[in-house]
Amino acid sequence: MLKLNRAKWMSLSLSFLCCALPALAQETRVDNLTGHADAGKKMYQRSCIGCHGVYGDGNGENAAWIEPKPRDFTAATFKCRSTPTGTLPTDQDLYNSITRGFTNSNMPHWDSLTKQNRVDLIAYIKTFSDRWKTDKAGDVLKIPAETPVTIDSIAHGSALFQKLECWKCHGQAGRGDGPSASTLTDSKDNPIRPYNFSAGTDDSRFKCGAANADIYKIFMTGVDGTPMPAFADVIQPNDAWDLVHYLRTLQINRHSKENEVLRAAGGKIPKVEIKDAAPATAPAATPEAQPEAKPQGGRR
Amino acid sequence: MRFHKNLISAALVVMCPGLLLAGTVSGKVTFTGTPAKPKSIDMSKEPNCAKAYTTPALTESFVSGAGSTLDNVVVYISAGAPDEKAAPTQAVTFEQKNCRYTPHVLAMQVGQELKVVNSDQTSHNIHPLAKLNREWNKSQPPGTQPLSERFDKEEFIPVKCNVHPWMRGYFAVLKTSHYAISKGDGKFELPNLPPGKYTLTAWHEDYGTTTADVTITGTETKSVDFALKAKAY
Repeated sequence: MLKLNRAKWMSLSLSFLCCALPALAQETRVDNLTGHADAGKKMYQRSCIGCHGVYGDGNGENAAWIEPKPRDFTAATFKCRSTPTGTLPTDQDLYNSITRGFTNSNMPHWDSLTKQNRVDLIAYIKTFSDRWKTDKAGDVLKIPAETPVTIDSIAHGSALFQKLECWKCHGQAGRGDGPSASTLTDSKDNPIRPYNFSAGTDDSRFKCGAANADIYKIFMTGVDGTPMPAFADVIQPNDAWDLVHYLRTLQINRHSKENEVLRAAGGKIPKVEIKDAAPATAPAATPEAQPEAKPQGGRR
Repeated sequence: MRFHKNLISAALVVMCPGLLLAGTVSGKVTFTGTPAKPKSIDMSKEPNCAKAYTTPALTESFVSGAGSTLDNVVVYISAGAPDEKAAPTQAVTFEQKNCRYTPHVLAMQVGQELKVVNSDQTSHNIHPLAKLNREWNKSQPPGTQPLSERFDKEEFIPVKCNVHPWMRGYFAVLKTSHYAISKGDGKFELPNLPPGKYTLTAWHEDYGTTTADVTITGTETKSVDFALKAKAY
């Protein structure tokens, strides 16, 4: 009798443990705040469910009228990451996405919520995919200090744009009109357009952050779930900064250091030859602190 | 003395049944119905690749030989297979050549190293559209080192290059080492099967799967044929 009782207690406490563990896995940490899924659920039901849906699969009642489609959290594939392609983003990455919103989409910036609310939300979003229980976030991309903006840097970046064939999708002038542009689809087979650098006069149209370091991050880690691949294995850190500087000059209507340098050089980018790329090595610099996301402009 | 001999042979059978009693399943994959005709691919947007073809390349989702045989079908043991101790140390290679994938369907074991090679003078992005495994997407410009990856879950994964939308291939990530891919004449062979009851599955990218049960009792060759229903579109 006693034995049976003990066994019962064992199984009871075991089942408690099993219930408790997944909840722990869905805790999030951003700075000194800890997020909890149960608190995030209430926030989700109030603010997110209309588009992202009850099951987090992006099939909320508004989804049919929305383009691009709301994120499907059950796939655990995220566009804006500081982590390698195919890996989970960090809590900070998700926090930044919620805070920033996705400009040119229906996802607004959520700086109206408290920081604690946003951290709780992330904890709840993680309950939609089991991948958060089995996988850890990938290693954060190391971004070395930015190199000086010079005409040589821009010229080398321009040559890289050719060599890496960015123009196949983004077009020679970065207008999103390359030869492959019209055929592109995302991982759910919805048509998707490559980024048009020339449109707009500010940074608001960048999805994953507007700083030079954010652009660096975008092409190195790729935009998962879309045709944009990761280049971290094939671009050296210094080369990556050159590419960032060149990409800035494609934003022809935007005031920038890069455009100033280009104008001072007579508006012409000198042609340079690129030696065959050596395999990329990790930069020696320490990772830059992740800047807190600023909400971007655009419609709420 | 006789007892001893029996004991030794019994021990041998227990220790290495695969060596002494190894059956083989072989057969042929065919299709029924009317398949969609392969389409020709317009590679004019990629002159680097277009120049490799004198006649236009054809899509590979339906490849057949004489007598309605079907190629690129993965036949594998989906149930009853002995547990695999570890993934083979040898890598499998997926080549991008003339803007096509070679092979069109590549099978590998869970955890086995996959090498992706770019033999073209153009950039490709390798984008396996995995659902159970991690979905990654990497650029591979000409002259770069082969990519090395592994998948940790069993899954049939479509692979595409977004830059060249006609490029489509498949990774068959399997838990078993007992698999074959029908080639040329629709024929396949699964050797070295210890005695046991097995379920065989035949998988085709467009025509789905079909299964068959087979029992191996000793050193024998069992014949199993598969017929998959073709889709007209």
